[in-house]
Amino acid sequence: MNFPEELRYTKTHEWVKMEDDTTAYVGLSDYAQDALGDLVFVNLPETGDTVSAGETFADVESVKAVSDVYSPVSGTVAEVNEELLDAPESINESPYDAWFIKVEGVSGQDGLMSASEYEAYIKTLE
Amino acid sequence: MLRESGFESFDEMFSNIPEAVKLKVPLELPAGLSEQAVIRKMEEIADQNVIFKHIFRGAGAYHHYIPAIVSSVVSKEEFLTAYTPYQAEISQGILQSIFEYQTMICQLTGMDAANASVYDGATAAAEAVAMCRDRKRSRVYLSEAANPQVIQVIKTYCYGSNTDVAMVPEKDGITDVQALETLLKEDKAAACFYVQQPNFYGMIEDGDRLGAIVHEAGAKFIMGCNPLALSIMKTPAEYGADIAVGDGQPLGMPLAFGGPYLGFMAAGAAMMRKLPGRIVGETKDSRGNRAFVLTLQAREQHIRREKASSNICSNQALCALTAAAYMTAMGAAGMEEAAKQCMAKAHYLCSRLEAAGLHKKYGDSFFHEFVTVIPEEIPADSAHILKLLEEHGILGGLPLSDREILWCATEMNTREEMDQTAELVGKALSGASSEKGALIDEAGI
Amino acid sequence: MKLVFEKSSPGRGMELLAPCDVPQVELAKENQRSSRLRLPQMSENEISRHYTELAKGAHGVNDGFYPLGSCTMKYNPKINEKAASLKGFTELHPLQPEHTVQGALEVLHLAEIYLCQITGMDAMTFQPAAGAHGELTGLLLIKAYHEGRQDGKRRKIIVPDSAHGTNPASAAMCGYDVVSIPSREDGCVDLEQLQAAVGEDTAGLMLTNPNTVGLFDKNILEITRIVHEAGGLCYYDGANLNAIMGIARPGDMGFDVVHLNLHKTFSTPHGGGGPGSGPVGCKDFLKTYLPGAGVGIWENENGKAYHLTDHEKSIGAVKMFYGNFLVVVRALTYILTLGKEGIPEAAANAVLNANYMRVKLSDVYQMAYEETCMHEFVMTLEKLKHDTGVSAMDIAKALLDYGIHPPTMYFPLIVHEALMVEPTETESRETLDEAIEVFRRIYQQAAKQPDYLHGAPYETPIGRPDEVTAARKPILTYRWEGQET
Repeated sequence: MNFPEELRYTKTHEWVKMEDDTTAYVGLSDYAQDALGDLVFVNLPETGDTVSAGETFADVESVKAVSDVYSPVSGTVAEVNEELLDAPESINESPYDAWFIKVEGVSGQDGLMSASEYEAYIKTLE
Repeated sequence: MLRESGFESFDEMFSNIPEAVKLKVPLELPAGLSEQAVIRKMEEIADQNVIFKHIFRGAGAYHHYIPAIVSSVVSKEEFLTAYTPYQAEISQGILQSIFEYQTMICQLTGMDAANASVYDGATAAAEAVAMCRDRKRSRVYLSEAANPQVIQVIKTYCYGSNTDVAMVPEKDGITDVQALETLLKEDKAAACFYVQQPNFYGMIEDGDRLGAIVHEAGAKFIMGCNPLALSIMKTPAEYGADIAVGDGQPLGMPLAFGGPYLGFMAAGAAMMRKLPGRIVGETKDSRGNRAFVLTLQAREQHIRREKASSNICSNQALCALTAAAYMTAMGAAGMEEAAKQCMAKAHYLCSRLEAAGLHKKYGDSFFHEFVTVIPEEIPADSAHILKLLEEHGILGGLPLSDREILWCATEMNTREEMDQTAELVGKALSGASSEKGALIDEAGI
Repeated sequence: MKLVFEKSSPGRGMELLAPCDVPQVELAKENQRSSRLRLPQMSENEISRHYTELAKGAHGVNDGFYPLGSCTMKYNPKINEKAASLKGFTELHPLQPEHTVQGALEVLHLAEIYLCQITGMDAMTFQPAAGAHGELTGLLLIKAYHEGRQDGKRRKIIVPDSAHGTNPASAAMCGYDVVSIPSREDGCVDLEQLQAAVGEDTAGLMLTNPNTVGLFDKNILEITRIVHEAGGLCYYDGANLNAIMGIARPGDMGFDVVHLNLHKTFSTPHGGGGPGSGPVGCKDFLKTYLPGAGVGIWENENGKAYHLTDHEKSIGAVKMFYGNFLVVVRALTYILTLGKEGIPEAAANAVLNANYMRVKLSDVYQMAYEETCMHEFVMTLEKLKHDTGVSAMDIAKALLDYGIHPPTMYFPLIVHEALMVEPTETESRETLDEAIEVFRRIYQQAAKQPDYLHGAPYETPIGRPDEVTAARKPILTYRWEGQET
């Protein structure tokens, strides 16, 4: 399993990529996509919606389950990756390219884990 | 068997049920009956009902011809006694029949996707309304010219979900377009508008205009349809509807005192994933063959639980099969013929009733239902007319008031019986006039 | 199997309607369809064969053992069908004058008094078309009741985590917040959790008893007392009534509202998914809120007449007319056939059949709960999966090759790798013995040939379908050649 160094992670298995101090991309970790199995659909927020750290902003569907996706940061949704709507399989295939939303005016990113911290955390789950 | 299961007695088997809640006395039910005695009893009960030879009543339940093949198909026990097709490997027959049904509903409505059915036309409308609600848009508008029972069911569902309902008034038998425009113009929270086409009074609404107004306001346009009429009428998709719903009863289901009927729902691609209930999709099996499965299940209650948009589980699958078998037997030509006959006969009946002395309440643009009014100078009332018809084995139209009656004619009604009906109506009217005359004479006025 | 559209031949069809005997009327141009409807064109013979072919690819109770837990797939007596096809019922318009539908009203009246007797309720509506529809209706009664007392703060419905998915979904449709309380180890309600969950904001509790793991909750009186003392009402999900009909009654357990599934407990066929019927019964104090019309009796010197009565504070209507009437006719026929002795006997045999299978399988399969079950029992294949890789799904699929419909899989959610088995009372000992033998054989195979089971089924018309592709790239209708997508 792959956890890129430059990203930050949450206990609910989302990743964050800070583009600059106030802009971030958010997606699901390799661990999450593997645990969820083949994803078949994503429900995404709309541009302009606000997201809050620790609160759900999207959900992902597999054939027999649905799981909430929590925002690692607070801010405003500047962009939504609509390509996921037609190709949810890209989350399974390359989870770190398959960003869900781009957030602007980011705050609340304290307490996120580094790649090594996240990897250690995952070990405790097994 | 009891002993092998580890019990000395049935009492022991039920020992997990506390004595305090166990029934101490036998149920107050009649003793069981033999098959012969049971059917005799049910026949006695059925015989207490009056079955009319000629029916001119619709208002949501329509008397149509049902091809013989339909009942033969739906009484096949493999269909009749199966549960929801969860196990695709042994349910291809049911899944394929639903896929075919979905295709036919999309053909009728012009929409992209249909579900496998809901309970009836009214709950279909209520579910469609729920599909349109979101945080920002929470008020729904309903045409007052829609079937009052459908309006009532939508209101009940909206009471549950704490959704505001606003009524759009009727004018001259159709939805008041101006009123709708005014109402929606001011309302940023408008979620949707529901209209019935043809409406409760049988009148054809200006669907294009209504759709344009609704979309202008950023709301969704829901159209309730008569599926038989759709074989010749402009489709909801052509009117710009986002969701099409209706009751499938005209497609091969008997009147049956109101049910089981069939709620159909179809939507454009944009709202496909908001449809409630079962949906069947095509895929391939492990051997590479075409196969059908229940799909998009993550929308549903058994997965999404309290976050599901609907709680529906059991639906009206056998009625969907009925509709599919009906449409297959009739074919496009047969359905067009039935729809045209409905319209022709309703217009003929209307003209005969006018000749007999009733007035037509609204215009000529109606499908197979229309409203008549008893002229003011005639002292008869609706009950008086309907009673005389009933004495001749005719179920007249539905009384809407003392002086108004909603009539319906279908391909089942012959010219002869319509002539007879009009003649009896004429008698009822003139009888009432002469009675009044007699009364006036008596009073010495 | 070809689709009906692929069997169509241009110009073929049936002559069904008599020619029109009145002048044609044209629909105004602007209201006409722009393109002709596309439907199959077939002879009656072809249609008959098409549906016969489809029927062969379906599995009903008539085809074989159907122990689908929580669904009560009992045999559907044919006399029910005969009664429901009587012309006196099928040809009846729902809006006929009252005096012409006396038989239909008698059906509703008798079904109401008999089912109230069986459930311990005082009044009933037949408008709800299915169990979930009944739940919605019952919760609306609860909502209207609290509002009627000007008690607006009751916003929560308590649902155990073992509940059917329809329970929380129905509560949400009524605008309620769902409070999910964890069940005890044994699958029953945790009284402490319940006590902690109830309060001034509790509108009610939804519960099945026997519960979804097939056990009767012995604390039932305590449970309903806790909810009532907090000012809430108790809703009984009748999905599992088959285990206790004639033995114990929800009304005596402290429930205020119940729904029944006539298509489960009262032997009406499931029709490949419906129509069902989900009548809702309630105690007297809720009667005024019932939807639709009630049936009353007038008696005078000329005899007895049924009439429709409005409920004063009715929540409105949840469906048109009187619900799935012909389903009620079937259920009434069933009740009349079984009678007062037959009803509890059916329940006892349902429970016996389930315990018989449970005991005969328990040396091989791991039971989720060891105690006496009611009408169904739950097995957990967690250990088998861990040891061999064979899952509940694999076992289920292997059963298909033996002509047995699999048990309910992966439910309730609180049991891992669950298989829920409900044999019902209408299966003979021989059928149960054969099924037990098959279950045991498959279990043994799991250890020896796990790969074989991963690939099951082999004898069915299709192999396992690709559900992922079906959901990712939905194809929901047939596309004719050249049709726009």
